[in-house]
Amino acid sequence: MTDSVEKIVSSYKSGRREDLIPILQKIQEAVGYIPEEAIVAIGNKLKISTTKIYGLATFYDQFRFFPQGKIHITICNGTTCYINGASDVIEAVREFVGTEPGDTSRDKLFSYEVTTCVGGCHSSPVILVNGEYHAPVTPESISEMLSKLRVVIENE
Amino acid sequence: MQITIEVNNRKIKAEKGETILSALNRNGILIPTLCRMRDFTPTGACRMCVVEVEGRDRLVTACSQPVEEWMRIMTHSQRVIRSRKTIVELLLSNHPDDCLYCNRNLNCELQRLAEELNINERRIRGKKIQMRLDQSSHSVVRELSKCILCGRCIRVCDEIVTATTLGFLNRGKTAHVGTAMDRDFNFSSCLNCGQCILVCPTGALHEKHNTTEVMESLNRDNVTNVICYSPAVPCAVAEIMGLKYSKEFDLVLNAVLRQIGFDKVYNCGFATDLYIDKAARSLYSSVKEGRRETTYLSACPAWLKYAEQKLPGEIGSLSTLKIPQQIAGAIVKGVVAEDISGGNSEIFTVSVTPCTGMKFESRRDGMTRKGVSDIDAVITVTELSRLIRLFGVDITSPSGEPADAPMNIRSSSALLTEVSGGYTEAIVRSLMHLSGSGEPEKKIFRKLRNNHGFRDLSLAIGDEQYSFAIVDGLHSLERLNAEISGGKSYDIVEVMVCPSGCVHGGGLAFFSSKEVLRTRARQIYATEESEAVNTASRSPALLSFYEEYGDFSDERGEILHTKYNARDVLL
Repeated sequence: MTDSVEKIVSSYKSGRREDLIPILQKIQEAVGYIPEEAIVAIGNKLKISTTKIYGLATFYDQFRFFPQGKIHITICNGTTCYINGASDVIEAVREFVGTEPGDTSRDKLFSYEVTTCVGGCHSSPVILVNGEYHAPVTPESISEMLSKLRVVIENE
Repeated sequence: MQITIEVNNRKIKAEKGETILSALNRNGILIPTLCRMRDFTPTGACRMCVVEVEGRDRLVTACSQPVEEWMRIMTHSQRVIRSRKTIVELLLSNHPDDCLYCNRNLNCELQRLAEELNINERRIRGKKIQMRLDQSSHSVVRELSKCILCGRCIRVCDEIVTATTLGFLNRGKTAHVGTAMDRDFNFSSCLNCGQCILVCPTGALHEKHNTTEVMESLNRDNVTNVICYSPAVPCAVAEIMGLKYSKEFDLVLNAVLRQIGFDKVYNCGFATDLYIDKAARSLYSSVKEGRRETTYLSACPAWLKYAEQKLPGEIGSLSTLKIPQQIAGAIVKGVVAEDISGGNSEIFTVSVTPCTGMKFESRRDGMTRKGVSDIDAVITVTELSRLIRLFGVDITSPSGEPADAPMNIRSSSALLTEVSGGYTEAIVRSLMHLSGSGEPEKKIFRKLRNNHGFRDLSLAIGDEQYSFAIVDGLHSLERLNAEISGGKSYDIVEVMVCPSGCVHGGGLAFFSSKEVLRTRARQIYATEESEAVNTASRSPALLSFYEEYGDFSDERGEILHTKYNARDVLL
């Protein structure tokens, strides 16, 4: 188990079920995703079955169970972005990365997720690439940008 | 305290504090339910049981709402019926139209509801659920496409079995019932007990079928087909076929199995006797030598898996004796094989049990010798009753035939083991026989038979004091732990995962009331009394087997034993 997971889990009291979501959030923040051993560690600490933890974590979109790609794209699908064509943007990214939202591509370079409003409605549709805003985007501009990015990180 | 409420313009009496549903049912008003399970806390999830309460805007779930004095209830108003109908129509909208090929055809609660509510056209069309079919487990098949998310399997797994293997995963249209990390059943903490099968209203969970391989083997040349059935099987077959069980029915079943085409028919109760005899003897001799240690009986496959994955510290205390079914297999393939093969090159052993966990047990490590498995196929009672119907055997016509030697006779103790507490009772009888203290009085067992959950018994047999504990339903393990940490120690702990023991096994007929369970137990107790030999160690078949083949107390005894290893699964 990674040290950070152990440190986070051990900083909580044993058997308090209400701490489950905060722990999961902290681990996701520190590690980038919820590894399997973290679920086991939380289960032992809070005395909850791993099935229930996994069930709760999969209920919320914010938790992921695989490491993010080197390039992580967040696509806004809030009302304004949706009206301005976010579905086409999602489709373009899906085609480029080749996975479903929430998954990471096989070469571990790209991952993406769909989220609700990120607060850029005036220049929608908006995407975030590793936390950086790009707006407005079109399916074509995204494919071009991602192709360029792929060349850059593959040469790194 | 009794109160009066008004239902459908009629006054009825109700107990204060009970739910609307129980008040209605007692007064002869039936309301459809779906997610409800008796003796469980209501969840009100499916909204099948809604009723109209005057003064409330919304319909109220009868299963969870307590009655109150002022209530005026309409149970079958147009609004209520329409609401119920819509729920079932919505459930059917994405349900695979697979009824004719479904395991639960004619025995499905969803089908029955659709029929009861007069649904005869497809009003709502939805996209069919396409989810995976999980056939990975030896015991339980999960067809997620047929799941209606009532959550009954999850509740029984949490509250009764306490394995907490199942839970709701994901959300919205991808929500489904699954295990930790959405693994398949074979990698999960599932105990294979099959309690979830018994509560599933549709065909989403069912036992893995092994009838095909049995039939294939019956049609092959140069194979000796052997079948051995657990003591509870005749009783359970009689129940499915609507007959009254008596000890003569064992003999009828022998004839039926021969008609289907089995060459050798064995009574697995013989192996149970052997198990009891060995367990009693080892307890008797170790206590005589002054060694006192707790032994957990290894007669429930689900308990064994639970101990392996959850209680690695207790693995050393598990009895190393194989489960009776596997003892029978080891005797067939390892002791009497040459006598019964009749020139055939292969022996195919089939076991019939009320238990789905036995399917897993027969595939466990250490249950093969030289690459040949002791038990080749395990079928449940429901599968056997299908075979009987398929082969067109009229179960009322054949006259009784004895089973084949050497495993032809069982003691009544073996039958008793099918109800929880039975192993303890059987071991006590054998201990009394071994120590020469005669027949036990019936009243000492009354405590074992009446309570469910946890009970213990301490009594003097011969010169020694023995103590026993019985757990049925793993939720009672807590009580056991409390007693042990309170300073008590037990010589034998009998754990059964299914509440009430094997009469509640996952491979038996579906039922909806505890009354059925009680009837099953009562039938077994009644039949037990009518039989002549009531002590395993005095069973004539066992004694003549010992005489002919030795008593396996030397190194040959290893075929009766196995070992358990810690199991790494997500708990």
